[in-house]
Amino acid sequence: MSRDNILHKVRTALGRSAGQAVADVPPVRLRVPEAAMEDRIALMMARVEALAGKAARVPTMDAAREFVAAAIAGKTAVASNAPYLEECGVAGLPGVRTGIREVGELTAVCAQVDIGITSADYALSDTGTLVMIAGPAESRLVSLLPPAHIAVVPRERILTGLDELFTILPNPAAQTSSMVLITGPSRTADIEQILVRGVHGPGQVTVVIVG
Amino acid sequence: MSVEFDRKIHDTLADANLQLAIYTATGRLKEKRIEVTADNVLPDYQELRTQANALKKHAIDNLDHYLEEFERNVEGYGGKVVYCKDATEVSDFVLDLAKRRGSKLIVKSKSMTTEEVDLNERLEHHGLESVETDLGEYILQLAHEKPYHIVAPALHKTRYDVADIFTKELHVARETVPEKLTLIARGVLREKFLKADIGISGANFLIADSGAVAIIENEGNARLTTSAPKIHIAVAGIEKVIPRARDLAVFLKLLARSATGQLLSVYTSFLAGPRRPGEVDGPEEFYVVLLDNGRTKLLPDRSKRESLYCIRCGACLNACPVYRKIGGHSFPWVYSGPIGAIITPQFMGVSHEPALPFASSLCGACGEVCPVKIDIPKVLLELRSDVKKSEAREGQNRVEKLGFRIFAWVMTHPRVYELAGRMAASMAPAGDGKWIKSVPAPMSVGPLKAWLSERDLPPSPSRSFREMWRHR
Amino acid sequence: MGKQVSLFVTCMVDQLFPKVGMAMADVLERLGYGIDFPENQTCCGQPAYNSGYRAEARTVARHFLKTFEASQTIVVPSGSCTAMVTHHFKELFQKEPETLALVHAMEKKVYEFATFLTDVAGVEDVGARMEDVVTFHDGCHALRELGIQSAPRRLLAHVKGLELREMVPAEECCGFGGTFAVKFAELSGAMARTKIEAIVGTGAHTVVSLDPSCLMQIQGALSRAGLNVRTMHLAEVLASR
Repeated sequence: MSRDNILHKVRTALGRSAGQAVADVPPVRLRVPEAAMEDRIALMMARVEALAGKAARVPTMDAAREFVAAAIAGKTAVASNAPYLEECGVAGLPGVRTGIREVGELTAVCAQVDIGITSADYALSDTGTLVMIAGPAESRLVSLLPPAHIAVVPRERILTGLDELFTILPNPAAQTSSMVLITGPSRTADIEQILVRGVHGPGQVTVVIVG
Repeated sequence: MSVEFDRKIHDTLADANLQLAIYTATGRLKEKRIEVTADNVLPDYQELRTQANALKKHAIDNLDHYLEEFERNVEGYGGKVVYCKDATEVSDFVLDLAKRRGSKLIVKSKSMTTEEVDLNERLEHHGLESVETDLGEYILQLAHEKPYHIVAPALHKTRYDVADIFTKELHVARETVPEKLTLIARGVLREKFLKADIGISGANFLIADSGAVAIIENEGNARLTTSAPKIHIAVAGIEKVIPRARDLAVFLKLLARSATGQLLSVYTSFLAGPRRPGEVDGPEEFYVVLLDNGRTKLLPDRSKRESLYCIRCGACLNACPVYRKIGGHSFPWVYSGPIGAIITPQFMGVSHEPALPFASSLCGACGEVCPVKIDIPKVLLELRSDVKKSEAREGQNRVEKLGFRIFAWVMTHPRVYELAGRMAASMAPAGDGKWIKSVPAPMSVGPLKAWLSERDLPPSPSRSFREMWRHR
Repeated sequence: MGKQVSLFVTCMVDQLFPKVGMAMADVLERLGYGIDFPENQTCCGQPAYNSGYRAEARTVARHFLKTFEASQTIVVPSGSCTAMVTHHFKELFQKEPETLALVHAMEKKVYEFATFLTDVAGVEDVGARMEDVVTFHDGCHALRELGIQSAPRRLLAHVKGLELREMVPAEECCGFGGTFAVKFAELSGAMARTKIEAIVGTGAHTVVSLDPSCLMQIQGALSRAGLNVRTMHLAEVLASR
């Protein structure tokens, strides 16, 4: 359609010719601080709670399973296909739907259940953020449609922050069509600046750190 | 200024409730931004601003290169880029796609760019249902209004206003509690997300090396818009390009902090193409509409090109003492506040609203808070010069031009200046040293009348400084 | 540098607030400076520049450059006029390299009054005395273009008998903005009233500022509101004994 026209206008305005080389991109210094694991865990938990999320730390995968079992008691839940959830035994908890690989079914289940359970690819401790990468392990809707979200995360995946994330993962697009950074429960302040949680995404977010 | 502009300003100033709403909401956002960018909280803040400015400058100065790289990568991941020169081409593209796919229902997440091209109106005119899903935008869609603020679109609405709108448009029982109003919207929109054929979003950033769009939000409606329907269309201005994914480490640290005082917004989505093999959900088709709509008009002017660096955080609105009084609807276009004041004349031509660049005290608060360091006051001053040059060409405002010519002549002839000063002093009402509340009617004209309409005037001293100096 | 300064009093001080100029001269003389007042001075050209009339602003700017070419140091009782010379003159002469060179030389010689005292004269205590409760208004040009914030406060801190209370919110525009004040009078008035609310909130009896234009706007609004608060230029405070 208007592609050539627009590109031509851009080049003319900039005084550039087609295919002309560009100078180097200005450097972006990514600084990865030294941070002991204990500090990262403590900070992650503090940040999550400051966002009105819940943070819990459990010593073992078994303990994680028990924690989740208690959290979902009496409720319906769907778990993603993350191998870590399998290993913890969370995926196998009674009443938890899992192993869904068809989008229609996944959508319908996620739209009906009370809780979505996932792991996370990474966590960013300086902001209390979960990094969810879509793939065979994690889908988009499990952490999005149900009104509550529980993420079970092994402590090794906790990074210091965005700088570290983009240092170890400079090219997320090569891996996935969707990387979502989740920082706290869904919220809005669109009516009189009054904070309301759980608008479209989950209003309750629980991060369970294992280890 | 145009009668329209004058009237809208006056009406907003005269509305005490609206004054309070605007001042309080922007005040809150302003304070929060200050908290999270303070030295002890974000010591790198100024360095990040400098980096962000440098990255935007580089991207814009080489825009064609990065647009082509972006396009290659989008297509590499199975998506498609559609360049649109104006509003009609955007809606034509969507309508054509909808027709070919038999689509009827569209869900939309927040996008100022789609407001700019009146996308919903155009789609609805052609029989499609296009539903805004951001709560503030949804309220405005029901009320048939444009956004009041770049980030807080329904800032001017009270809960009672929203209650009225929902009762009337949704035929629900009247509800005034914000949490309950939100639940009503959530219920309606949830159904739409799950039934929609197409999801249309904006994009905060277009990432060239990834063929990806980055979308920042707090509600989750953009995630649903871009994940549930089979087709995702992201609409963005061509200026939204940044070179690399890692550059987000700079921009993400600035955007939410500058906009709402959050460290990061609740959801940051990085979306590259349709669903990949092995992924269960996500759209089957992925389009990015790259919009010109006049952006190529801003590019040639090197001194004003930085206007395109804007990342739409709204910080300048919250800092601006003028916006905080006249609000978003006084501005002639969808973009309001200081950024609106500089891009509107560049997109629409200076004659569209010649007074707009002058509706500023040039206090500089905007430039001080801009995360990408756009020198907004400098651009305003240049636009003022552009307005006067245009008026000179058109033979408009001759009296004012003559006035300033005389000013320049007087100010370069010290004896004349001194004489003029003495004459003006002698015409001033006889003083008792008190400030003057009014002048006789024949004198109450022009600037003098305007000044006295709001404040008292200083009395004329018996001697000027230079007379005092001569006689010391 | 030698202890000689030239005064650029500004057209507003010359015609409307001459005592400010006399006070500034008084303070400088007490500090041992010889003072001259180049008689050809008029205006910095700001009104034309802000109104979009750059050719006319250039004409006035050239006159300024000529008037002060022999001066080594120029002191100005106004943040906005100082900023016009030090920050905006160069915008006017981008296409005139010779004049631009003169502008760059001039930028180094022109000082806002408070900054001159603290940074050049190196003093914070000028021996002033004034029993009063004051608040300080940061003019936008002084604050944001010249980066002046602590200098006036340090000077006020040494005035015997003076109590300084800060406004909340601080750093908000008074609404003058040059021709903005008359082109958008109602809006300018509304901004002034917000400013005087903050002033009244401090309980101060006097508002002090570096900028006569801000003082005119603020005093005009205070007077219209019938409030018993006065305004003083920093120079007048520092000249008080």
